[in-house]
Amino acid sequence: MDEVALRELVPQVLSVLVRRGADFATAEDAVQEALIRALAAWTDEPPSDPRGWLITVAWRAFLDMARSDAARRDREARVERQPRPGGAPSADDTLHLYFLCAHPALTPSSAVALTLRAVGGLTTRQIAQAYLVPESTMAQRISRAKRTVSRSGLDRPGDVRTVMRVLYLVFNEGYSGDVDLAAEAIRLTRQLAALVDVPEVDGLLALMLLHHARRRSRTRPDGGIVPLSEQDRSRWDTDLIAEGIAILQAALARDQLGEYQAQAAIAALHADAPVVEETDWVQIVEWYDELLRFADTPIVRLNRAVAVGEADGALAGLAALAGIDEGVPRRDAVAAYLHEKNGDLELAARLYADAARNAPNLAERDHQTRQAARLNQLLRRRGRPTGRDGG
Amino acid sequence: MAKYLLLKHYRGAPAAVNDVPMDQWAPDEVEAHIKFMGDFAARLEASGEFVDGQALSPDGVWVRYDGEGRPPVTDGPFAETKDLIAGWMVIDVDSYERAIELAGELSAAPGAGGKPIHEWLEVRPFLTAPSTVTE
Repeated sequence: MDEVALRELVPQVLSVLVRRGADFATAEDAVQEALIRALAAWTDEPPSDPRGWLITVAWRAFLDMARSDAARRDREARVERQPRPGGAPSADDTLHLYFLCAHPALTPSSAVALTLRAVGGLTTRQIAQAYLVPESTMAQRISRAKRTVSRSGLDRPGDVRTVMRVLYLVFNEGYSGDVDLAAEAIRLTRQLAALVDVPEVDGLLALMLLHHARRRSRTRPDGGIVPLSEQDRSRWDTDLIAEGIAILQAALARDQLGEYQAQAAIAALHADAPVVEETDWVQIVEWYDELLRFADTPIVRLNRAVAVGEADGALAGLAALAGIDEGVPRRDAVAAYLHEKNGDLELAARLYADAARNAPNLAERDHQTRQAARLNQLLRRRGRPTGRDGG
Repeated sequence: MAKYLLLKHYRGAPAAVNDVPMDQWAPDEVEAHIKFMGDFAARLEASGEFVDGQALSPDGVWVRYDGEGRPPVTDGPFAETKDLIAGWMVIDVDSYERAIELAGELSAAPGAGGKPIHEWLEVRPFLTAPSTVTE
């Protein structure tokens, strides 16, 4: 049994413990304990009934925890618990866990951590490695999150919207470590899509699949960024693209448009173009206009300005850019691109250098520095003065 | 073993020998520099001497407490004269000499014209926990 299959059992086992009367916070610790034991013990000898094994071990761990807890409070009588008849875990239980972990009282980072542990079945160590924080820090974040959930009342959990936001964060801000957080977000979104009948969840799943399809061509071997226009499209995963488009089309047919479906539609149009020159920018601009109805943010307007620049020319793109605040991240990079397209290489080179200075991460800084260096070399060859000669 | 902080500055360090802004380098010189930096960190990881490396945004503000019940005071953006740290690498090495040797290698990162930048790096020993045997 591989690790992912093992982790799929985690929310089911947790549901069984909670249904037997265990409190959520202790039950979650007990399941984590059982999971860690399983990871250590099962490599040699996997049990014939993995779920039964996990339930038994987690329940014993829960009793131990409850017992020592009770002893501390000098109330040993409370340990006389016997398991209530459990029954098979239902889909509703798993869905309830999703809602609990995306409780509106939680901060985004806490909701992400709790979801990855209680629903995703990742260990605290794996989550800590993925988000580049010490394991003890992540352990504290998770136990505080559980206290918050318990205090705020288990009967007022989050809803599908808050769950989608958490899963989107896991997908979009997955860093590193031995766990592929993007793949994990897809797994959890797939599971959520099977539990609820909401077109936006399908839209989110399609969005993830379409972006994940490009992962092999998105980065250079040294970790640098390859922009969409320069990606080797033969390395895109056509199976994932086909699946994403099919899911999106079925969702769109339901006529309940939302921001994830609109974003997925944009990704689908990019995926549809066998070469960058065949990209249907006019339709992409139309989808950005739809997206603005649901999420009118500077980032969306910035990306729309790029699309307008491709559909209607650089000047139109610059006009679309004009209304966007100077301080919006990546605005310099978009302005540089549009000015280069418009033929103003000197201004573009200066803006790429500004974009490098203000880049939010190293990969992007390196990318914008390369762009500036490329244009400045071109200008030197044409005999125009640049900062290198002019000082 | 002793830990050292290697500090790189945006501003405030003495001028490097080969002091040309990166956007004025040839594209292949930029590539060579990026590769050097990646290889350097990988080599220290392989030798068991790497602890941490981070880069900082040039943005930032000063902040201080402003008394009970008041929000903290902020002062920014930084003045053009402020010493500005660009990033750091923490190494755990056997000797001061080894720390200096590694800082020297890092300062030799290739820059404009493919020649070493000769950038000034700040090397700072960590204050450590007291040792067990003290007399």
